[in-house]
Amino acid sequence: MIRRLVLWLDDRLGAASFAKQALRKAFPDHWAFMLGEVALYSYVVLVLTGVFLTFFFTASGQDVVYQGTYAPLRGVRMSAAYASVLRLSFDVRAGLVMRQIHHWAADVFVAAIVAHAFRVFFTGAFRRPREINWLIGTSLLVLAMAAGFTGYSMPDDLLSGTGVRIAYSVLLSVPVVGTWAAWLFFGGEFPAPVTIGRFLALHIMLIQALILGALGLHLAIVWHQKHTWFRLPGRTEDTVSGSPLWPNYAMKSVGLALAVFAVLSLLGGLVQINPVWLYGPYDPTTVSSPAQPDWYVGWLEGLLRLFPDWEIHLFGHTIPEPFYPGVLIPVILLAAYALWPFIEQAVTRDREVHHFLDRARDAPGRSGWGAGGLSFMVLLTLAGSNDVLARFFGVPVESVTNMLRVVVLVVPLIVGWAVYAACRELRAHEAAVPPFHALRRDAAGGYIESDHLTKERAE
Amino acid sequence: MPPSERRVAAMLLLSIGGSAALGVVYGFGGQPQLEGVLLAVALGTLGGAVIVWALRLLPQEEVTDHREPEPSPPEVRREATSELLHGEAELTARRTLVRLLLGALGALALVMIFPIRSLGPRPSRSLFHTEWQDGSFVVDRNGRRIRAGELAPGSVVTVFPEGFVGAPASQALLIRVEPALLRLPPGREGWTPLGYIAFSKFCTHAGCPVGLYRASVHQLLCPCHQSTFDVLRGAAPVFGPTTRALPQLPLRIDPGGFLRAAGDFSAPVGPGFWELS
Repeated sequence: MIRRLVLWLDDRLGAASFAKQALRKAFPDHWAFMLGEVALYSYVVLVLTGVFLTFFFTASGQDVVYQGTYAPLRGVRMSAAYASVLRLSFDVRAGLVMRQIHHWAADVFVAAIVAHAFRVFFTGAFRRPREINWLIGTSLLVLAMAAGFTGYSMPDDLLSGTGVRIAYSVLLSVPVVGTWAAWLFFGGEFPAPVTIGRFLALHIMLIQALILGALGLHLAIVWHQKHTWFRLPGRTEDTVSGSPLWPNYAMKSVGLALAVFAVLSLLGGLVQINPVWLYGPYDPTTVSSPAQPDWYVGWLEGLLRLFPDWEIHLFGHTIPEPFYPGVLIPVILLAAYALWPFIEQAVTRDREVHHFLDRARDAPGRSGWGAGGLSFMVLLTLAGSNDVLARFFGVPVESVTNMLRVVVLVVPLIVGWAVYAACRELRAHEAAVPPFHALRRDAAGGYIESDHLTKERAE
Repeated sequence: MPPSERRVAAMLLLSIGGSAALGVVYGFGGQPQLEGVLLAVALGTLGGAVIVWALRLLPQEEVTDHREPEPSPPEVRREATSELLHGEAELTARRTLVRLLLGALGALALVMIFPIRSLGPRPSRSLFHTEWQDGSFVVDRNGRRIRAGELAPGSVVTVFPEGFVGAPASQALLIRVEPALLRLPPGREGWTPLGYIAFSKFCTHAGCPVGLYRASVHQLLCPCHQSTFDVLRGAAPVFGPTTRALPQLPLRIDPGGFLRAAGDFSAPVGPGFWELS
């Protein structure tokens, strides 16, 4: 049966010669190489559950009076979008579990991309010839965040509506074109009834088309360039070794996919996420406190909360305060992150081809900047919850904000420097210790170096 | 059956059981927690079976691929480059046509941008003006007119101009304070009859409703980014990211004892924008 299928396909596509090579392709085994796969499989879950959700969602800001099964909101005026999410959650069988799996998958998707990006960053896997794929990967992260933001804004609940309100104000703050841009993008002055429909179009069509295109390219380039590997005895830079695609790697990867699906199902079933019925419908004159966005937007929220009251007025025009923390700084941070391979090349003048990965200590400068940048983002995310922190520690929110304003600038410098120093120390220490060699006594009584043992020890 | 094979078989049986149970739960009307758990059981045991199969039952072999260097051989590079250059030379030989071609593409690209204008209306005067006018009755969320003497000092209520309940730009906070405490900017004498004072509820930072009032210190606090405003000093910002005071609404009390606006807000409401001077 399989034999006949292969022959049928090969007659038409000449697929056998590709398959012969592809099925024996080497895939290195290392846990850190699975992070990107986790992102990929979360995305599969997002597409499958997302299609289901779309069947029940009404992308409309039109006013309706709720008459569904959720008693506390019966008789309340709300948008048709919010009402449809309530219906999906309470009246559609398996609707709630699908919605919660979808939301969890979105959070895990972005988290897995971020973790994967850190693996690639700290191992230097972005170096020549892989700079293009780093850029595609960065685009995927931005697209994933855009998909996440449009997605959680669509239910039109009080919490997400406030987030959209802030996004509108940030766009409004852009010099020269801000007012026009905000009115055109949101379809009029906020809150405009057409906005939810736009978000749906972006969320399920434009952004997904871009993600699928970028994802396909990302994987094709990985396939073509072959995987990187750690510098180990017995390995050379011009070969790559690992499990063959068929059947070993395919089975392992399918197993991982199923494990990701299982974890997301468990989360979606047992851990409540985004209970929009508790927030109530969006009303631009009401707000909940405290209010935090999904985790990957936290750093932007933190920037908005910490940035001081600086504003530029010139020639009868205003460059409003939200522009700096909401647009300018994020663009600079994202640009530095996206262009890192080129920045590093310019600084180190290392334009060589690298298929071996670095360890953190092999590049103290990169590791220091990475750790500092990471701590900066983590602290900003914390600052996005300054009101929660203030309540938790029982101190005024002003004190938390003032302290964090200093901490987010000082701590990343300390962390960056400490990691840099530690990496240098480790490297210097390592250079002082002679490399490990395993010796084996041969039959004649002499000693020969054992490649096999050396490799085992190193692993 | 070797132990690993037994484990795989057991997990596959569990997976079948999980799927069957999931079907039963769905058939009886569904239950979100059970659905999630049973789906996780069906998927997780299936995944576990596949992984054990891959690690314990498949022969573990290592294959090695040879990396081809990324750059093509020099002569191929040369040929590809010269093909490109040759084609380019063929095209650019006709300079007039090239210029016209670029012109046509440019004109087309330009006109393709036009539909962006259809996405929304022209930014209107609503950025500078709200529905409040001289004489607007001050009403609460239910549209009920507010009488002088209704609010005790220290209380706060969200108000709108009559006929525009819920209008985002016109939302205002009506507060009653001890008149002697007020230190308003000059020119606002008579705006606060009997200590009634009203400010836009629309935060001048990012547009959230300024929802919290600390009555003891007479401060309004926006829960989104903690911009804080001093009510007694005309809602001037005292903390947080905002740069501008909340615009004040001039109030008067009509002969019937109802609170009315004596005009629009003292400044454009809400977050800043380019055209704001």
